[in-house]
Amino acid sequence: MSIFSQLLIIAFAPLLGAIIAGFFGRRIGKKLTHRLTIGLVAISFILSLKIFLSHFYGDAEPFNQTLYHWASFANINIQIGFLMDSLAAMMIVVVTFVSLMVHIYSIGYMHDDNGYQRFFSYISLFTFSMLMLVMSNNFLQLFFGWEAVGVVSYLLIGFWFKKETAIFANMKAFLVNRVGDFGFLLGIGGILYLFGTLDYAPVFEKMQQAKVLQESAQGALTNGEIFKGEVSALAAVGLEKSFSPWDGIEWSAITFICICLFIGAMGKSAQVPLHVWLPDSMEGPTPISALIHAATMVTAGVFMVARMSPLFEFSETALAMVTVIGATTALFMGLVGIVQNDIKRIVAYSTLSQLGYMVVALGVSAYSAAVFHLFTHAFFKALLFLAAGSVIVAMHHEQDLRKMGGLRKQMPITYWTSVIGTLALIGTPFFAGFYSKDAIISAVSQADGWGSNYAYFAVMAGVVVTAMYSIRMLLLVFHGKPRMDEHTASHLQESPKVITYPLLLLAVPSLAIGWITAEPMLIGDYFSDAIFVLKEHDTMQHLSEIFGNAWAFALHGFVTPVFWLLLIGALTAWFVFAYKPQIAALSAKILMPIRKILQNKYYFDEFNQKVFAKGSVGLGKFFWRYGDKAIIDDGIVNGSASVVKRIANKARKLQTGYLYHYALVMLIGVVALVAYLFIRS
Amino acid sequence: MLTEIPILSLLIWVPLIGGFLVLFGPGDKQLVWSQRISFVISILIIFLSGWLLFLFDGSSGQMELVEFARWIPSLNINYSLGVDGIAVPLIVLTCFINLLVVIAAIGSIKFRRAQYFSATLVLTGLMNGVFVAQDAILFYVFWEAILIPMFLMIGVWGGANRIYATIKFFLFTFFGSIFMLVALIYMGSVIGSFNIADMQQMPLSMLEQTLIFTAFVAAFAVKIPMVPVHTWLPDAHVEAPTGGSVILAAIMLKMGGYGFLRFALPVTPDAASEYAWLLILFSLIAIAYIGFVALAQEDMKKLIAYSSIAHMGFVTLGTFIIFNLSSLDASSMALQGAMIQMISHGLISGAMFFSIGVLYDRVHSRNISDYGGVINSMPIFGALMMLFVLANAGLPGTSGFIGEFFVILSSFQADWRIALIAGTTLVLGAAYSLWLYKRVIFGKPLNDSIERLEDINIREKFILFSLAALIIALGIYPQPLIEIMQPSLEALLQLTDTKIAELNIEVAR
Repeated sequence: MSIFSQLLIIAFAPLLGAIIAGFFGRRIGKKLTHRLTIGLVAISFILSLKIFLSHFYGDAEPFNQTLYHWASFANINIQIGFLMDSLAAMMIVVVTFVSLMVHIYSIGYMHDDNGYQRFFSYISLFTFSMLMLVMSNNFLQLFFGWEAVGVVSYLLIGFWFKKETAIFANMKAFLVNRVGDFGFLLGIGGILYLFGTLDYAPVFEKMQQAKVLQESAQGALTNGEIFKGEVSALAAVGLEKSFSPWDGIEWSAITFICICLFIGAMGKSAQVPLHVWLPDSMEGPTPISALIHAATMVTAGVFMVARMSPLFEFSETALAMVTVIGATTALFMGLVGIVQNDIKRIVAYSTLSQLGYMVVALGVSAYSAAVFHLFTHAFFKALLFLAAGSVIVAMHHEQDLRKMGGLRKQMPITYWTSVIGTLALIGTPFFAGFYSKDAIISAVSQADGWGSNYAYFAVMAGVVVTAMYSIRMLLLVFHGKPRMDEHTASHLQESPKVITYPLLLLAVPSLAIGWITAEPMLIGDYFSDAIFVLKEHDTMQHLSEIFGNAWAFALHGFVTPVFWLLLIGALTAWFVFAYKPQIAALSAKILMPIRKILQNKYYFDEFNQKVFAKGSVGLGKFFWRYGDKAIIDDGIVNGSASVVKRIANKARKLQTGYLYHYALVMLIGVVALVAYLFIRS
Repeated sequence: MLTEIPILSLLIWVPLIGGFLVLFGPGDKQLVWSQRISFVISILIIFLSGWLLFLFDGSSGQMELVEFARWIPSLNINYSLGVDGIAVPLIVLTCFINLLVVIAAIGSIKFRRAQYFSATLVLTGLMNGVFVAQDAILFYVFWEAILIPMFLMIGVWGGANRIYATIKFFLFTFFGSIFMLVALIYMGSVIGSFNIADMQQMPLSMLEQTLIFTAFVAAFAVKIPMVPVHTWLPDAHVEAPTGGSVILAAIMLKMGGYGFLRFALPVTPDAASEYAWLLILFSLIAIAYIGFVALAQEDMKKLIAYSSIAHMGFVTLGTFIIFNLSSLDASSMALQGAMIQMISHGLISGAMFFSIGVLYDRVHSRNISDYGGVINSMPIFGALMMLFVLANAGLPGTSGFIGEFFVILSSFQADWRIALIAGTTLVLGAAYSLWLYKRVIFGKPLNDSIERLEDINIREKFILFSLAALIIALGIYPQPLIEIMQPSLEALLQLTDTKIAELNIEVAR
């Protein structure tokens, strides 16, 4: 089978499942629906794995082929097609694997839900959209997948459409994402303006030329002149255009495009201040929180920036913005996680914080570290969400930590897999998260761009924070005395196999995936055909000097300051929340002002609600009342209309029916016209 | 032999004559008769439009399938018909929408149904006439004659405040068109021909162009409608019956956009170029300002009417941005965007008004606050309306995306700030569309009667599913439509360019 037909099957098998489940789900019943969709996603996964392995072990060449011409006219040619390189290969494995796990898990989780078939249709449709996004070879299809995953996310957050909070959250998610997409679309406009095409290949080729030119020129330049070198390299390939928003200010076109594209990434990957939709998205069923709002869709922004690394490398300004926003998200969203009591929301804030880590890595040009964190995070965060779901089911849909406790006895599998997920999340050496997070921290420490000191502080402090909220959650859920009511306590039991098997299957890569993949992905040349770094931005250099091999690096991890910070965070959490709970109460009192800010999530929601939501409806009402009604209608139209109406009323009295009336008008018109023309000639 | 049949005349006269036939059924069986006749005629013209697509070649960009007969020889006014790639898609859309309106009427029009069918068919014939007329006076006759059946449709089957709406509708559009008539007569009397192609070739001084262009703008801007002459549309929509709203939004607004492309650009390109900034400005106001106004609406039909105005802003933006563009690529993209936006809006706004009709037939209210949780009792309808709402918000993969995408991208080539303002539709369009959906469809059932609503019947299914299929098909594969239009759009651009160059040479002399 050719690669192209394999790619077609990978993308369209889930779509087929979605269509059948959506249109015929009721007719074919629950069992056949989930068997069919799972089977089709499994096919997709197996083929994805095969392609990934061919890139990982073999040295498969990047594959780029057009499927069909979407729009082609004049010299514009916009197509739908696939680009399969190392980056896309890694993404499709993550997407199809987590999707497969979530499909299986949903058999148990959604068991009694009325919308069972609809749910499977949606998650299969999501898988298709996400695959189209990551396999795209052009900006149109990227945008298509980008919006399509947004829509499915919208549908799934509002899956329980009777719940007022859910249908508010899904609209909020879509609109906030649309703000990001607004930037994204402008960025695509810039690409067409600058490059005259929407295909990746010619864009990247041009940037590659600029890179070669710049690196050859660099020998002659001193460090201080690097920026000049960039400009001249861009100029040499004809990309030196700039935009001027007002006189005296000039933005280089590349910077403008990168910032616009990044605004898109901020929406999808939930970066401050467009992060507000992600915590609310937890209103949706838990399996989709794992699939969409942790493992795959929210990482689309990170994927996109990594994909666009040839562009971002040529804009110091955009990279600095990426760094600062990522660092802010990484630290400050983690802090909110400490004061949350809803089990899903803690994991959601943790996701925000980890996405911040990925984005920081992008900002310091450590694209491979960012993408590798995306890769490991997908496994352990999906695991943590699904474990949280398992707890929620056992607790009869109670999500409050304060009503849990001591669950480890009744739920051993959920407990142990959660432990693995948590250890991976906080970056314990040997676990998957360790490799990716340490790589990011190492890269940030090497960066010297604007904002990199702040970023270094944020990612280091973030380690403490991550350990604190993670260990707090683990302790409050699984350890200590049970705090639930009698009824719930008596029914507590481990979840069924369809739920625990996916947990176990996800625990394996959360623990071990770093052992095999860390070396080639971080310091090796796995990503060399997809990611593009300028020499002076090579922050991964330091890591490759100290890495050795996966085992040596993990052993070395025990003696780094990062590990000590982790221990401080974990021990503080244990001391405050488990060993001496009265300290938690006391510190809550002392730190009340800070706590209040955190509990209100820095008041972003209040601000948006009052200023943007109420503001725009208010503005709309104002425009309508005073613009449309008062000025145009009452002033101009009805004013003159009342005059005309009076005449029309008189004219109408002369006639018996409408048709006569107008026929006469027309006739008079024609006669007048003919008369006029006769007189003229 | 087959090619000699006057297909364009058939497209006009079959529905026109059919429209009168339905009124003359045998006394007691008039209703059944009218139903059958109008259905047969509607199917027939669908076939005719399919046949038109088959006969139409389109590679030259010139008028095809021309028909010619003397009408008023003394004034050189002729019955002259022809189509190019700009008209063909609009004709096909008209014939398609006509069938859906006829089908919808069977369920939702309770009195004088035969007359309603008649009005619909007559409208269709006249609208086809507008799109195929190649003589300016013939064009004008069709253009104005359309007001009559539309006026009746709103006046007879309309809502409570229909008299105000009909008069406003009539006065606005009639007022604009008068100026166009004067401009057409002026040009016709100067060159002694009312052939539109002759007018396009006619050399005009800058002063003449400015006056004629102003007259055209008065006619077409009202029709499309542009801010600030748009206020007739929400009133007309609110009072019109479902079918009237559908025809109004899906086809009649496009006559304005068609007029700009057929007359304003090629006849008066220098004036258009001179005042393009003004029309671009009003287009941007339509997109952003009307987006906010739509957000504030409490009435479903008004909301969609305002959303139509905002979407038509992309048509005028795409049309007039070409004067700020230098490459054929970018200008083609802008005009393609404007045209696709027209076709797509025809489908989407039609679907939205049909959907509101479905709700109105059951609940008899257009107020958003009278709804809530409709999806509980009408899941199939809810799913379809979800698609339409998303298409209205310009979701990629639906037809609603392409026009906006092309217009925003080509505007970016002229000035990124225009693209920035036009891009606000991404947020505003999604906001008013999804908020409407949230309030009407999602949630718990508002009351018992909502809980007991019946899901869509077979007729409604046919209408909404066929629209949905076209919206998605066009979104996934717009290339066939683009190919039909491209040669004609290129010819139009060429005509516009040559004429601008000619005047420049003359001025230089």
